[in-house]
Amino acid sequence: MYQFRYHKPATLEEAVDCYQSAEDGIYLAGGQTLLPTMKQRLAAPSDVIDLSAIDRLTGIEVTSDEVRVGAFTRHDEVARHEGIRRRLPVLAFLAAQIGDGQVRNRGTIGGSVANSDPAADYPAAVIGLGATINTNARQIAADDYFQDLFETALEPGEIITRIDFPVPSRAAYRKFPNPASRYAVVGVLVADFDGRIRVGITGAGPCAFRGTALEVALQGNLNSAAIEGVEVPDVGFNNDLHASAEYRAHLVKVMARRAIADLVG
Amino acid sequence: MEVTLTVNGSQHSLEVAENTLLVDLLREHLRLTGTHVGCDTSQCGACTVHLDGRSVKSCSVLAAQADGAEITTIEGIGSPDDLHPMQAAFRECHALQCGFCTPGMIMSAIDLVQSSDDLDRRAVREGLEGNLCRCTGYHNIVDAVLRAAPQMK
Amino acid sequence: MAEAIESGIGAPVRRKEDMRFITGEGRYTDDFSQRGQVYAAFLRSPYARARLDSVDASEALAMEGVLAVLTGQDMAADGFGDLPCGWTVKQKDGSDMVTAAHPPLAHSIVNYAGEPYGLVVASSVAVARRAAERVITEFTELDAVVNPALAMDSEDIHAGVVGNLCYDWELGDASATDAALAAAAHVTRLDLTNNRLIPNAMEPRAALGIYDPGTGEHTLYTTSQNPHLERLVLSAFVKVAPEHKLRVIAPDVGGGFGSKIFVYPEETAVIWAARKLRRPVKWTAERGESFLADAHGRDHVTHAQLGLDEQGRFVALKVQTTANLGAYLSLFGSSVPTYLYGTLLAGQYKTPNIHVEVHGVYTNTAPVDAYRGAGRPEATYVVERIVEIAARELGMDPVELRRRNMIQPADFPYQTPVALVYDTGDYEASLDKALQLIDYAGFPARRAAAAVAGKRRGIGLSCYIEACGLAPSKLAISLGAGVGLYESGEVRVNPTGSVTVFTGTHSHGQGHETTFAQVVAARLGVDIDDVELVHGDTGRVEFGLGTYGSRSLSVGGSAIVGALEKVIAKGRRIAAHMLETDVENIDFEEGQFRLRDSNRALSFGEVAFAAYVPADYPEDLEPGLSEKAFYDPENFTYPAGTHIAEVEVDVETGVVALVNLVAVDDFGILINPLIVHGQVHGGLAQGAGQALLEQAVYDEYGQLQTGSLMDYCIPRADDLPDFLVDTTVTPCTHNPLGAKGCGEAGAIGSPAAIMNALTDALGVNDISMPATSEKIWRALSG
Repeated sequence: MYQFRYHKPATLEEAVDCYQSAEDGIYLAGGQTLLPTMKQRLAAPSDVIDLSAIDRLTGIEVTSDEVRVGAFTRHDEVARHEGIRRRLPVLAFLAAQIGDGQVRNRGTIGGSVANSDPAADYPAAVIGLGATINTNARQIAADDYFQDLFETALEPGEIITRIDFPVPSRAAYRKFPNPASRYAVVGVLVADFDGRIRVGITGAGPCAFRGTALEVALQGNLNSAAIEGVEVPDVGFNNDLHASAEYRAHLVKVMARRAIADLVG
Repeated sequence: MEVTLTVNGSQHSLEVAENTLLVDLLREHLRLTGTHVGCDTSQCGACTVHLDGRSVKSCSVLAAQADGAEITTIEGIGSPDDLHPMQAAFRECHALQCGFCTPGMIMSAIDLVQSSDDLDRRAVREGLEGNLCRCTGYHNIVDAVLRAAPQMK
Repeated sequence: MAEAIESGIGAPVRRKEDMRFITGEGRYTDDFSQRGQVYAAFLRSPYARARLDSVDASEALAMEGVLAVLTGQDMAADGFGDLPCGWTVKQKDGSDMVTAAHPPLAHSIVNYAGEPYGLVVASSVAVARRAAERVITEFTELDAVVNPALAMDSEDIHAGVVGNLCYDWELGDASATDAALAAAAHVTRLDLTNNRLIPNAMEPRAALGIYDPGTGEHTLYTTSQNPHLERLVLSAFVKVAPEHKLRVIAPDVGGGFGSKIFVYPEETAVIWAARKLRRPVKWTAERGESFLADAHGRDHVTHAQLGLDEQGRFVALKVQTTANLGAYLSLFGSSVPTYLYGTLLAGQYKTPNIHVEVHGVYTNTAPVDAYRGAGRPEATYVVERIVEIAARELGMDPVELRRRNMIQPADFPYQTPVALVYDTGDYEASLDKALQLIDYAGFPARRAAAAVAGKRRGIGLSCYIEACGLAPSKLAISLGAGVGLYESGEVRVNPTGSVTVFTGTHSHGQGHETTFAQVVAARLGVDIDDVELVHGDTGRVEFGLGTYGSRSLSVGGSAIVGALEKVIAKGRRIAAHMLETDVENIDFEEGQFRLRDSNRALSFGEVAFAAYVPADYPEDLEPGLSEKAFYDPENFTYPAGTHIAEVEVDVETGVVALVNLVAVDDFGILINPLIVHGQVHGGLAQGAGQALLEQAVYDEYGQLQTGSLMDYCIPRADDLPDFLVDTTVTPCTHNPLGAKGCGEAGAIGSPAAIMNALTDALGVNDISMPATSEKIWRALSG
């Protein structure tokens, strides 16, 4: 690992100051992606700004129509949180499938969403549930947030503080894991908001996106037969050692069908 | 920078470089070489220790992030005269061969048992997905975890 | 037979070595540190093939903490030799194989991505690695040869190796085989690839070199399965140091699976650098380096034909294989696809005519050498896949077809048409037990139940044989081996009666400290806790050839038995003197030297004490009770068995679940069944990994695409089922323990069983390994 300066600011303002005065700063949350990347010398930030001491980034709030998760909440905490398991079980279920036990004990929702790895799980929930990304500066709608491979709407230095998930009437997530890394080759989250359907897809493309054709087919007709005829074109899909674009497109439909089956029984 | 942390019950204040990983602090600074490094991508789990009671991969935690934390390593859970039930079960069930993954496997298994209600063979297999073993084929490791679990309650 | 005591032969003794491993007190190479120690980072080629034009280290040398940048040219200038291949294969025409020099550090041409051509030595690992990145090397990239199937038609990689052909080798009677195939009632043909694997022992390779300028002694701590062989090669061929000035210590080693047999560039360079710099130098591989630069395994392309008569009897097997040897010949790289492969193609069957030819080719990929099973998994895969397909083509039960062709107990010793003489076995006994364990008769019902759930279920067998216990030295040397393959053992009885045992084999997971102690404790009648095994240090153990090829117990254990017999013989002489009788009247059993037909006896401890305090002692006998023996096996051992797999395929995704895996093996006499079963489990996991998950992939430019555990998939706990493992016993006829060896069987038998099950489920003849979900999905949708 290259050398860097380490900072542990106590407030958001200090963190941003720190970032702005650094030559090439980077925020550190759980570090489960960043630190391995740095260890392999694939990233060489001049300054690492540890966000763990900032109180404003922690806490989970569950209301009747929303689950608000502080950015520094670790995956294991989401997976085990009683309120989330009751109000938004799909989020707990999804969080329990991220990485492995040790990774879930460290990794955070804010870190995952800020990084926007194309194969991460949380982006499927952010998109599929139509979450709102709160930052130190503003609120960003899920649909505006993911832009491209590791690219999001976040401005340099902007920090995610909390993610607000609207509570659907029902939702389900199905993941097809990469056998080696356990990241999602494809992950599909289907949510039903009183008949309004959202489909969030991760793994298949350069970043998470909505399955709009699937949504249209499922509107008012939430059953797996409804998507039989829907084409999932593989244009722009990821194509790698583990899965061709064509296979990913196929898996999107299979995972969607299984998620729907989970919902309608 | 200075890092102060409790390792296996003893407090240490150490001067380390900022890019020091927790595993390097343990192995190089404290000479606790029971915690191993088997990969560079956070896949193998050989470096698993407990940080404030939960299993983490010490190769993916900065020493600085562990400032103020309580760390437990394989050296801190039992001794030959007073083995932790998980250590004893690994030996009893022949759940290790070369021994390299074993410390991390045992630390993960302890957290798994402590944080789960009902474990069956499938759940143990899934719960150990963060630890690779190339020798045992895992069969006897599953036996060992299920043997130790009731003794840990 | 005497009743087995708690630690006796056949008892599932809990391992003596475990206590240090479960408490974190194991000591692996990277755990050792020396005062003044510095660290090496290697300069590695980014190209699969390139000319090394220049190395500019000035920027790196200017960095604080950098002690030196050493290159292949420096090493060559210091007079170092090349890394040798230990086995010269004779070609069809009688000539020796055509080899290319393998300098430990490349100095003019690099031939695989990751090949080391120099090293930086610095005060810390971080500085060394950073400095290595600042060494500016100019290369001229050359076209790489990557695909072994095309290697013979590609540009020559090495000057003098025409068509990249290292050897064109054959075994068996070509014309008789061709004639029998031509006359066969049915011929089954099969094209197979045996996928390239990367061993991935959990402990990465490491080395710590120490030089003592006062004594001139070099000490090398390294991750080796055979420290004496390492010392021999480094001394005799590479000329690092004279053998008596070089001590190689392989302390606790975290798995090997073959990959730590070989002498690698890195440990060579580390001991060299330690002497040059007069500082202890340590290097520990990052996992990424393991992927690039550990010897890989397998990598065959094969066409096979099996001829059968009207009754389904095998009449001929013809096999043509191209074996990828990589960029250079690793220590035993040449022998794996020849003498450890071609000789096993008879399998368990009485096929009268067999001919195999193997083209060993160079490519611009990492060297390929022995990986768990080494040649025998490849042979089993050919035989057991083609037999299964023949059964399908003939509409026969694959069990029945195998039975019809199996060598029967009455046929032993059995001379195969491919050089080996099997000493003993009962193949149907293992087959029957395996069929029973998996409930073969109940399979149709399980298949039907799976179909109801939308899954396709299949079952497949593999009846394998292997040749272990390497090896009869004379035979091996006549076939090209550069070393004998005997083993040494020493039993040193201490004055208090405790016993220190020395072996030239090396335990890196196999549990020798327990198994060998059981052998010694049982023979001498002493407590197992009073027996200590020493291994892995050329400074303590006289000599040895190390651990590979499931040889440790059958060869190394037999050497210890030889030493034990000498100890007992001497003890009887001492006892006879003390009991005032002739040695013929002394019996030794259960730790007592007894005067026959009397109640007079001396304990083993009393005799040991007398040997060291020789007051009442034979005049013509040396004091002391310490004996050595070498054991050279007269034949290979032949473990064999049946593995049966059941799989279920999710037809929508192509995901295959391995739901049942049964292994029934005949390893001869078992000393410790707990350890034996553990060895089988591990082998099965690696076999399942080969069948379903693992593959080294190079792109067309020779860049390794599977260079980390993110992309190269080794099995995790939830990829595998519980295993059902059992044994049958026909004792080995030619070693004193009756043991055959158990380390590799799991990896040898299981891939064919799993792939037979999978192709059964899918109704196709072949899917290439690893059978990834996408391949299966394509097979199902195609």
